[in-house]
Formats: sequence, C-alpha cells, structure tokens
Amino acid sequence: MSNLKDFFGKKVKVINLGIPSFADDLKRQNVEVIHTDWRPPAGGNKKIQALLDKVETWQNKVNAAKGAK
Amino acid sequence: MVVSHLVKKQTYFDSVTLMLIGSQVKKLDGIENAVVGMCTDYNIDSLKRLDMYHPDFDSLTPNDLIIAIKGSDEKTAKAAIAEVETRLTSKKKSSESAQLVPTNQEAAAKQLADANMVLISVPGEYAAREARIALNAGRHAMLFSDNVSIEEELELKTLGTEKGLLVMGPDCGTAIINGVPLAFSNAVRSGNIGLVAASGTGLQEVTSTIHRLGCGITQAIGVGGRDLSEKIGGKMTIMATKALIEDPETKVIVLVSKPPAESVLKNLMSEIKNANKPVVIYFIGADPKLIEAQGFTAAKNLEDAAVQACKLSTGKSYEPEFSDAKIDEMSKKIKLPTGNLRGLYSGGTLCDEAQRILRTSLPEIYSNTPVKGCKDMKDVYKSEGNCIIDLGDDVFTRGKAHPMIDPDNRAQRMIQEISDKSVNMILFDVVLGYGSHTDMAGEMVEAINKGKKASGNNPVMAACICGTQDDMQGYSNQAAKLEDAGVIVFPTNVAMVKFAQKCLERK
Amino acid sequence: MLIDIKEANKKAFDAIQAAQPIIKGIGTCLDTVPGMKQNLILHAGPPITWERMSGPLRGAVMGALIYEGFAKTPEEAEKVAASDKIEYSPWHEHDGVGPMAGVASASMPVWIVENKTNKKCTYCTLNEGLGKVLRFGAYSEEVITRLKWMEKTLGPVIKAAIPFMPEINLKNMVAQVLQMGDEAHNRNKAGTSLLIRELAPAVIKTDFSAEDKIKVLEFVNSNDHFFLNLSMPAAKAILQSAEWIEGSTLVTTMCRNGTDFGIRVAGLKEQWFTGPAQIVKGLLFPGFEETDCNPDIGDSAITETCGFGGFAMAAAPAIVKFVGGVAGDAINYTKKMYEITEGESQSFQIPILDFRGSPQGIDILKVCEKQILPQINTGIAHKKSGIGQVGAGLVNPPMKCFEDALQAYVDKYCD
Repeated sequence: MSNLKDFFGKKVKVINLGIPSFADDLKRQNVEVIHTDWRPPAGGNKKIQALLDKVETWQNKVNAAKGAK
Repeated sequence: MVVSHLVKKQTYFDSVTLMLIGSQVKKLDGIENAVVGMCTDYNIDSLKRLDMYHPDFDSLTPNDLIIAIKGSDEKTAKAAIAEVETRLTSKKKSSESAQLVPTNQEAAAKQLADANMVLISVPGEYAAREARIALNAGRHAMLFSDNVSIEEELELKTLGTEKGLLVMGPDCGTAIINGVPLAFSNAVRSGNIGLVAASGTGLQEVTSTIHRLGCGITQAIGVGGRDLSEKIGGKMTIMATKALIEDPETKVIVLVSKPPAESVLKNLMSEIKNANKPVVIYFIGADPKLIEAQGFTAAKNLEDAAVQACKLSTGKSYEPEFSDAKIDEMSKKIKLPTGNLRGLYSGGTLCDEAQRILRTSLPEIYSNTPVKGCKDMKDVYKSEGNCIIDLGDDVFTRGKAHPMIDPDNRAQRMIQEISDKSVNMILFDVVLGYGSHTDMAGEMVEAINKGKKASGNNPVMAACICGTQDDMQGYSNQAAKLEDAGVIVFPTNVAMVKFAQKCLERK
Repeated sequence: MLIDIKEANKKAFDAIQAAQPIIKGIGTCLDTVPGMKQNLILHAGPPITWERMSGPLRGAVMGALIYEGFAKTPEEAEKVAASDKIEYSPWHEHDGVGPMAGVASASMPVWIVENKTNKKCTYCTLNEGLGKVLRFGAYSEEVITRLKWMEKTLGPVIKAAIPFMPEINLKNMVAQVLQMGDEAHNRNKAGTSLLIRELAPAVIKTDFSAEDKIKVLEFVNSNDHFFLNLSMPAAKAILQSAEWIEGSTLVTTMCRNGTDFGIRVAGLKEQWFTGPAQIVKGLLFPGFEETDCNPDIGDSAITETCGFGGFAMAAAPAIVKFVGGVAGDAINYTKKMYEITEGESQSFQIPILDFRGSPQGIDILKVCEKQILPQINTGIAHKKSGIGQVGAGLVNPPMKCFEDALQAYVDKYCD
C-alpha cells in the first residue's frame, strides 16, 4: 500500500477524459497530458458495458495468476 | 417559427463543446433557439419541452448527435445548422490531426505509460467507472464530473484510501498538485502552505490571495463538496491532511469546507490533533471558537484564511490587501439611494460568503442557494428585493456551460438587473485562471454598458477579481477594463462585500 | 477457467493465416457432404423451419424438391416442403456454404475444397448464373432443366478436367483478384477470368464431346459470378481452422437465411446467435422499389467474415456504383473495419492502402465495445420467389447477434 505523501514532488502526467480545454491548458504549461476522444463505452449501452467489464475483470484475474507463476 | 434538424450518427462530442456552439449559434439573427447535443434522455426531454422534437430522433442512441434549430424561417434555420457543422468540423479536425487519438482510458494509458493522474469530466453516469479504472491502474483521480451518487463516491474513496490514491471530487473543480493547476485553477507560486478544500472557488480565492500576498503553496487538494458528510466521513480530507502533515515541504496546513457532520468533525480533529505544524481551519459559517478550542487557528472568512496562513508560513505579519480603513474611505465616496442590492456570482462559495457577511446589514436577503438566515427566491429568474445569486447553480446550468466558461447567462442577467430601477448596487465576481473564460471582464463590461445605455440607470457596480498576476487573462488588464467601465474593483470577495456593507451603513 | 483472450485469439488468427484451401474436386452432394441424406435440403443461413422461410428460400426449396422428384408441380412441392417428409439443415452445419437461398439437394454436384494444412474439406454448389435461377427462388422448368444439365454435364466435365489443371490455391487466387479490382463477393469478374484460364485447356483435354465442352466453357464464360462459389467455400475452409478454439472471441460464421442473420464464434462451439436479417440499402435496378426487396440472404457473408468481400471494398471501388457512393467511401468502409478485427491478413493485401493486409478476424468484444458493425455489401433478392436480383447494396448484421454472443461468452467463461 503506497502513501499519498510519496506522490508529492513527482512529475504529474495526466490522462484527460472529457472537456478538451483542460488538456489544452495543461499542454500550454508543458505538462505531459494525453487527451482522449472519449465517448460513452459500448455506445451508451449499460448492459453491454457491464458484460465487457466482466470480461475485463476476468482477464485481470487471468493475468494476475500468470504473473504469480 | 420553423424547426429544422440534422442528425449525425455515431458522432460524439463532449457536452461543453456542444453547449458552447449551441449558445453561440443561438445568438445569430433570426434564431430563437438552438439545441446541439448528444441524444441523451436529458436532451430529449429538453427538445420535447421546447417543441423541437422530431420522430427522426426516436431510434437514436447516446452516441448520435442532434442539431435542432428554431428559426424565423427554414432558410435561416438551415443556415444555422450549416454553421454548427462548420464549427464542429473544425473541432474534429483539430482532434483528428493527431493520427491515433485514443477513445478510452485504456488506449490513452498505452500512449502515456506512466500517467499518474486522470482528470475526469465525462457525464456523471460514466464518471465513477472511469475513476475506478484509474484507481485500479494505480492512478490518482480528479472527478470534475458531478451527478455521481454518494454510494459511488463512498466506494471510490474507500478504494482510494486503501491504495493511498487521491479521489478528488466528485464535483471538484479545482486542484493544484505538485505545482500543476488542474481544471479551474490559478497560477500560484510554490511555497510551504498546503491546502485541503471541499470547495472549488473557495480554494481558488484562498490560493490566489496567498499568491498576491507574496507566499506560495505545496499542494491545493480538492476533495469535493460531500467529503465531510456523515456518509463519506471525510475520507479524502483525512488522508490528504495526514499526507500534508507528513510532507516535509509543507509547513502550514489550511482546511476549507462547510462545517463537517458531528461524527466526522470528531474523527478529523483526533486525526490532526498531533500535527506538528500549525493548521488554519475555515469551516464556513461555523463558530470560530469551536476550532480554537481544539488548538487550531480559526479563519473568519476566505481572505482571512489566506492572511493567517501567510503569517504562519513566514512568521511575518500580513494584512488584507484592502484594509478596513481603506474600504471605509472608499465607501465615503458613495451615496447609496434607497433600493435593492443584487449579487451575480459565478462562484458558489463566494455567493455564500457574501450572504453570510451581509445578513447582518440587510433586513432580508434572497438567494437561489440561501444560507442560514437568508430566504429562497420565489422566482430565480426574476429578482425581488435584495438578491445574491449563484449563477453556477444547477438550475441555471441545465443545457448551458458553467458561467465561468460561458458568460452569456450572467451577461443577460446583468442587463436585466441594471434595467431594474430599484437596484442601487450590483456585486459580481470575475474568476481568472485556467479553465475560465479568456476575457470575462470584457464580457461583463459589454453587458454593463448595454444595460446602462438601454435603461439610463446607473447603479453602483463593484467586482472582485479572483486571480493572480500570473494568470493568462492578465490580472491588470482585466482590472483596467472593469475600472474603465466605472466598476469599483476589489482583490477579494470579502473586501467587496465589506465595501457594500459600509455603503449600506452610510445610507 | 483461466484463458488469456489475447492468446486464444492469436491462436485462432494464426490458424487462419496458415490455411491453404485448394480445389480438390467435384462430388455429388449425397455422396460427398457429411451428414447428407436423400430427403435433406441444405440452405444458407442459420437453422430455419419452412414456416418462417422468406419467398426466395421457399421458391428454391420447391425447385429442389421438383428437381429431386419429390413433387411434380409447385403446388405439390409446397405441400411436400411443409410436411415432415423433408428435413432442413444449414449448410454451415455440414461444412459448406451456399449463396443467396443456398439450397442444395442430394443429386446436385458440389465443389470440394480442401484445406491442405488440416486436411479438412468444405463444399458449395456450382453457380447457376444470373436471372431466373434456383438461388433467387425460381422453380420454373427452365431452372430444373438447367439444374439437370449441371448434374449431368457441367459437374462431370469439370470433375474430369480438374486432374488436368495445376493445383489451384484459392487463397492465392482471391489475393490476386483483390489486386485486380474484385472483392470476391459482389465483383467476381477477375476471379472467373483467372479460373477459366486454368479450366479451359483442362476441359479440352477431357473425353467429352466437343459440344459438351463448348457448352461448359460458354456457361462459365457467361457468368461473372462463377468464381463466387469457390471464394465462399475457400473462406469457409480458412475460418474453420479457428473452430472451436477455447476462449477465442473471433467470429467464424456470418450468414443469413432471408429471415434471420446468424453468427458463430470460435470459442462458443457450434452455438448460433441470431437476430432479424436487415433490409439492404443500395441501388435498385430500374422498375424496382424498396418494398420489393427481401431481407438479407445468403452464406456469402462468409467472405466478409474472412476479410475480403465488403471488408476489402477499398480494393474494388467500382462496387460503390452499386451502393450509391463515391470511390472514397469504399476506402473508408475498409478502414473502419480495422477497428473491429484482430489483425491484418497476411495474404489479402489492398493496393490502394499501400498493400496493407485486409482487416481480418472479427472480434465480438470490439464490435460490442465500439458499436461498429461489420460491413457487408451484397445482392438484393426480390421478396417473391423466382423474380431474381433487384439490386445491390450495403447491409450490416443486427447488433443483437454480437450482444447475445457476448452474454453467452461471459456466462461460459467469466467466473
């Protein structure tokens, strides 16, 4: 478990999801930022989103088991 | 009136971009209304309410874009649609010029492998999921988004505190982390003051004032308005404050928020009791004695929080930029006729602060967000009596971007208030910094001049500028524009409101 | 179970790249096709009963029953078709494919395509030509006569010719036609031309009468789409290599029976996921209207499933004239498909995209996540049997197929 204090002083590198001007402002300050052309996952279909999340959770489990080997 | 529409399937833009374009196009000649938005339940309701709905929209999804225009005739409406398309294309071009623009967090992380902060301003119903993805990937999260449920907030903050990761928000508009201003923040020099706040504009006001007084900050951590509620228990406030206590760079800690729930206050106090450094606490509206009893420095208001923090930061003495004596002198020049005071705020905390200070000076104050001792406005769109209004409140931002981004609503209201013969004084805030409009002073001045010309009225105009000389809008430039238009300019909300108080006393 | 999806899909994709489908021969349906029976009618698309069949498929069934002698008249054929005398089964469940109605019966000659890499075979009828043909639901005397000629002459002549031809690798031939302006689904002119080039000398060498040989070559020559009935089983053979790799989310079947659209997924053995077949949107031949059109029909979507056909539209810009667009649209359609596929075909290269491999290996996860549907371009049949093709255009599967498949995948694998 890491401590928030250890993050202080580190270089902030940002992923921006949503309002583009937030990323523009960060770029202007030479902060490393990547803007995402975000759109609702699964076209806004919550049921499908939930299924895809289940698949991802399962794959995280699979990868973790691999890593543990 | 004619309603024309255009549907663009599988074409997504964020709501702020769309609302701004809609707002601009609405101003074109012959256009009565413009709705530019994704096909969400909310926008469908709006279209129906405005009699702009069309059966073509029945089969659409939230990934499909609707452009609906109500204009004087078909030609005008269609021309407006074309104008919307032009503006959208130029937006899309600039975002597509980078070949591989990622469309989700996972893809973005592939391109910025060591990303450690995710700034989330997507619609509320998707925000918690994005925050969870961020935390599970070991990244801090800032949730600018609101409309996140308190249950989701609790889940996220529990996960965040387990991992030692920040969950700033929901509804967190301001943070400065490791010197990087995020979302709506000001250019503030670094120093040794660390802040934790449950209020965006509150944090902006305190940090800007600290900078103008010559001091600086280590961190300005926003925790969202509900953090210190019973349910959330102050999880982020406690984690952030503890980290600042342990941080060798931070010599003074400042906490700003609404008064916490009883149980939370107890918990918070016990956590920071053994802080080896001074803590300045401003619990908005709470009795300062409560805080002093615990051995902490209590601030009277946002300006005072900054002044106290600076004193503890350097050991030197500091005074508010406009002393009480100066404000008193300035008020002597004003002869206030009988009438009503109006406050037009973009920052909610500043609106609250004004109400708190003025409730001892005015018999009755109305607001759309009344504090204790003030009353609800009967009709938020029509001021009656003394009104201090938060134009950033939800009721005004349905389908319109926040007044710090889009000045249109406030400009219109300004003209309306000036036209009201009963109004003798108008107060307003101009918030500078990242995220905010590039020339808010100019926009307000244009509205003020319009209003004065059309009505012949000349109420006393006062404004406070929340910002620093390093902010990109140009602090002096903004102040000069206001002064040239006859607006009296103040460095803090407190100074401006005290001035109003003095003027009222003299009547 | 712990399965890495990336690994499973890579395994499936690699198997697809390794396939080498060749023309093996010609056989009679009853003797050659696994599970074939005298009273079994094979058809395109997912499983369907007589009651639910659309016009073109019904007409084709009736024609096949008359051809096989189960009935003497169309009226009688209808009665027999509805009775329990006749069984129906999708071509896909018998290692084969059929264009449009795709109806095949016991006596019909079929192509035999073999994947040399795994020795498995796939099958398809020979293409009858255009106009009033069985696959568009025609059952007139003319149709039956032609089918008999194909059984008695066309099939045997080509069967005899094949040993005289060099081995024809259909994957390579499809790769070639993509560089000649075909996409091997709706444009097959180049494919048929390349085929007849090999076929003609070999036919000459057989022992049949000159008249028969002439008729056979004229028949092939007069039908631009003759090659389609080889590109389809080739695609089937290629995709079959990925069946049924555990955990893979790649689509191995896309097909329609005129009523339903059906897909199958490599990691979901033999399960069908269906939804309503869509109305094709495109250009109609003069005299026809939207109300004349039958919903999407045929196994020919196997070409898109395999990374050519509509997925390689950028290689055949001429196709857009049929779908009412401009050449640039063809390129964009192909480009979009890269977002929902596993990789780029090592064999099918597209010249205008700098010889980039075509998008291959549709992934149901990507389709669901991005809400981008596979793009198919296809012919349109008249909804009444026997009238024939009325146009061509673009169509997609219904999203339901992919969403149902995703649900089944989660139910099976994700614990």
